[in-house]
Amino acid sequence: MYNKRETKYPMPVQDPLVRNQNFKEVALGYDGETAKLEAQRCLNCKNRPCMGGCPVSVRIPEFILKIAEGDFDEAYRIISESSSLPAVCGRVCPQERQCEGACIRGIKGEPVAIGGLERFAADYHFAHANSVGRPLSNGHSVAVVGSGPAGLSCAGELAGMGYEVTVFEALHVAGGVLSYGIPEFRLPKEIVRREVENLKDLGVKIETDSVIGRLYSVEELKTELGFEAVFLGTGAGLPRFMGIKGENAKGVFSANEYLTRANLMMAYEEDSRTPIFRGRRTAVVGGGNVAMDAARTAKRLGAERVFIVYRRGMEELPARKEEVRHAVEEGIELKLLTNPVEVLTDAEKNAVGLKCVEMELGSPDADGRRRPVVKEGSEFTMDVDCIIMALGTSPNPLLRQTSEGLATSKNGGILTDENGMTSLDGVFAGGDAVTGSATVILAMGAGKKAARAIDRYISRSFS
Amino acid sequence: MIEVEAPRIAQKALAGQFIILRVDEAGERIPLTIAWTDRERGAVAVIFQVVGGTTMALNEKRAGDFLADFVGPLGNPTEVGNVKRAVVVGGGVGCAVALPVARRLRESGAKVTSVIGFRSREFVILEEEFRACSDEAIVTTDDGSYGIQGNVCVPLRRLAEEEQIDAVYTSGPLVMMKFVAEATKPFNIRTIASMNPIMIDGTGMCGCCRVTVGGEMKFACVDGPDFDAHLIDFDEAISRNRSYLAFEAGEREKHCNLFKKEGK
Repeated sequence: MYNKRETKYPMPVQDPLVRNQNFKEVALGYDGETAKLEAQRCLNCKNRPCMGGCPVSVRIPEFILKIAEGDFDEAYRIISESSSLPAVCGRVCPQERQCEGACIRGIKGEPVAIGGLERFAADYHFAHANSVGRPLSNGHSVAVVGSGPAGLSCAGELAGMGYEVTVFEALHVAGGVLSYGIPEFRLPKEIVRREVENLKDLGVKIETDSVIGRLYSVEELKTELGFEAVFLGTGAGLPRFMGIKGENAKGVFSANEYLTRANLMMAYEEDSRTPIFRGRRTAVVGGGNVAMDAARTAKRLGAERVFIVYRRGMEELPARKEEVRHAVEEGIELKLLTNPVEVLTDAEKNAVGLKCVEMELGSPDADGRRRPVVKEGSEFTMDVDCIIMALGTSPNPLLRQTSEGLATSKNGGILTDENGMTSLDGVFAGGDAVTGSATVILAMGAGKKAARAIDRYISRSFS
Repeated sequence: MIEVEAPRIAQKALAGQFIILRVDEAGERIPLTIAWTDRERGAVAVIFQVVGGTTMALNEKRAGDFLADFVGPLGNPTEVGNVKRAVVVGGGVGCAVALPVARRLRESGAKVTSVIGFRSREFVILEEEFRACSDEAIVTTDDGSYGIQGNVCVPLRRLAEEEQIDAVYTSGPLVMMKFVAEATKPFNIRTIASMNPIMIDGTGMCGCCRVTVGGEMKFACVDGPDFDAHLIDFDEAISRNRSYLAFEAGEREKHCNLFKKEGK
C-alpha cells in the first residue's frame, strides 16, 4: 500500500489573484481519496521522529495509518487523545519546524503532509460525528481565565475528567487569538466556534465580557465564587512598538488593533459599523505570522501595494513557510534587511512615509541568529500612508497589576513551578502568559499539562 | 444618559472607571465612563454624546431594551489619596467622569469645588448632582447664557490664586483638559486628567489607546485612564482622536438615511 511519490499531494487552494480580494479560506483541504493517497506516503517508520517534533506528542504514524485505511473517525480519535484543537492545529502549526521538519520522507523529497492530514481528519469528524456525551460531574469546580488555545485546551481536558469548568473571557467572543488575531482566510471563525461548541457540549460554561483582574480578582474567583483552582491563560496580548519618532501618528497601528478591527469586529464586511483605515500603500513591520496576516488583510482591504519590512533576511523570517509563500503569491512585496527609523508625518500628523535603513547580517548573537547591523549611508524613504507594527507582544499586564503576590519575571511573564502552579496556591498558568508570544500548539500543550496538575492538586487538597 | 442593569459591574465599579459596550451583534465596541452606580438596584449609568453610528443606535434604545455587550469595570480607579482641598473640572459629557470623582473626594473628607463648563445653557447637565456633592459648584458657559461666561479656566485660575489647592481632577474635551493643565502649571498644582481615547478591547491588547506621558508610551486602558496632566502630550492625543472622523461622519449619514427610509 506504500506510496512512493516524492512530493506531497498539493492541497487545492483559491487562486492567488482571486483570494487576495476576498476573506474566504485560502487552503481548501484534501478530499477523502487524496487524503488516503497522501497518508499512504507515510513509511510508518519505527523511530517516529515526527512525534518527537510535536509539542503535544500526537501519535502521528498511527492516525495517518488509520487515514490510509479509510478509518477517518479512528484517526480523529487518536489525534484528539493528545490535541484538543486538531482543526486549528492542522491549519496554524509551523509543521515545517515540528512534525514535518522531522519526517524521514523529507530527506529525499517532501515530508508527508501531516498538517494537511490532521486538518482532514478534524474536518471530516466535524462534518460527520455526533456530539460526545457529557461526562459525569465530579463535583469540583475550576475557573479558567482566557479562552485562547491554552484556556480552551485546559478547560477541555478538565471537563473530560468531570470537572465543572467556567471559562472567563474579556472579549465578547471566545477563542482569544484564534478569534481576534488569526484572519478568516487562514482560520475560518466557524472552526473556532465549533471547537468552542464542542467544549460547551462537555459542560464547559463560557462567560464572555468578563475581565478578570477588574470584575473579579484572581483571589475573588476562589473566595467569592468558590472555585477550587484557577488556570490563567491570559496570553501575551500587549503589543510592542519600536519607539521611533512619529509612531503615534494617524495611520500607524499595532497589528493587534488592525487585525482585531478586521477579524473580531469584522470590519471587512460591508455592513460592519467598525471603522478601519484603508491605506493606499501599507508597510507591515515584522516577519512573523502576524505580520503576514496583517499584510494579507491590508491587501484584501484594497491597498494598492503592501510591503513586509523585516530587518533580517528570507532565511530568518519567523513566519510559517506556507504563509510567506501565500503572501508572495498574493502580491505582498518583501522588503528584507530593512529597518524603519522614523515615521514621516504631515502637518495633521498623518503618516506619509516610512524612513528606513538597509541592514546587513553581522556575527551571531546570544540566541545564535545573525545580528542585523545598519549599512552606513543607506537611508531611504518608503512612500506609504499606513504602517502596521507586528513586532511581537508581551504578556498582558492586567493580572500582574491586580493580583497581589503573583510572581512574574522581568519581562512580565507569570512564573510557575514544574507543575504550572504560580506563586499563588491553587492558581496555575500556561501558554503565552508564561512564555511570552509563542505558538498555538505550545499554549495548548501547556493548558493540557496544567489541567493534569490541577486534577492532582484538587484530589490532594479537596478530597 | 442610560442606566444599564449590570449587577456584577455595579458591585465592583469605582470612581474613574469605565465600561465598553456593543449595541448589537454588528456593532463596534465603544468605551464610556461610568457616571454612577446603584449597588442595590444593580444599575450602572453611562452618559454619552451622539457622534457616530454606534452612539446614534444607543440613543434609540428605550427602557427595557437590551445591549449586546456591557463589559467592565475597566481602567484603574481614580486615586484620591489624602487630598484635603480639591477642584474637580468637568466639561460637557466629561462631567459624567468628574461626578463620581467629586463624590469620592467628598467622601474621603476633602473640600471640593466643582467647576463644570458647557457650550451654552441648553447643554448643562448634572448641575444638581454636582451641587449635592461639592462644597461649591460653579457653572460656566462659553456664550454666557448661564453661569459664568467663559471657559472653566476662568474660575479655576481665580481659585488657584485665592487658596492652596492640593489637586485638580479634570475630564472633558481634550482641548479643555490641555488648557486646564496649562492653567494649573504655574501654580504647581498636581493635576490629573482622565483620558478617553479610541479603544477596542480595554484590556491592553490593541494599543489603540496609546498616549504619550512624559515622553513614554502608556496605554489608557491598563496604565490609566488617569495621568499627570502636566506630562500628557495633548496635541498628539487630539490628533489621534480624529483618526476616524471621516468614517464617523459617513456613518451618521448612513444612519440618517436609513432613518428616513423607515419613516416613509
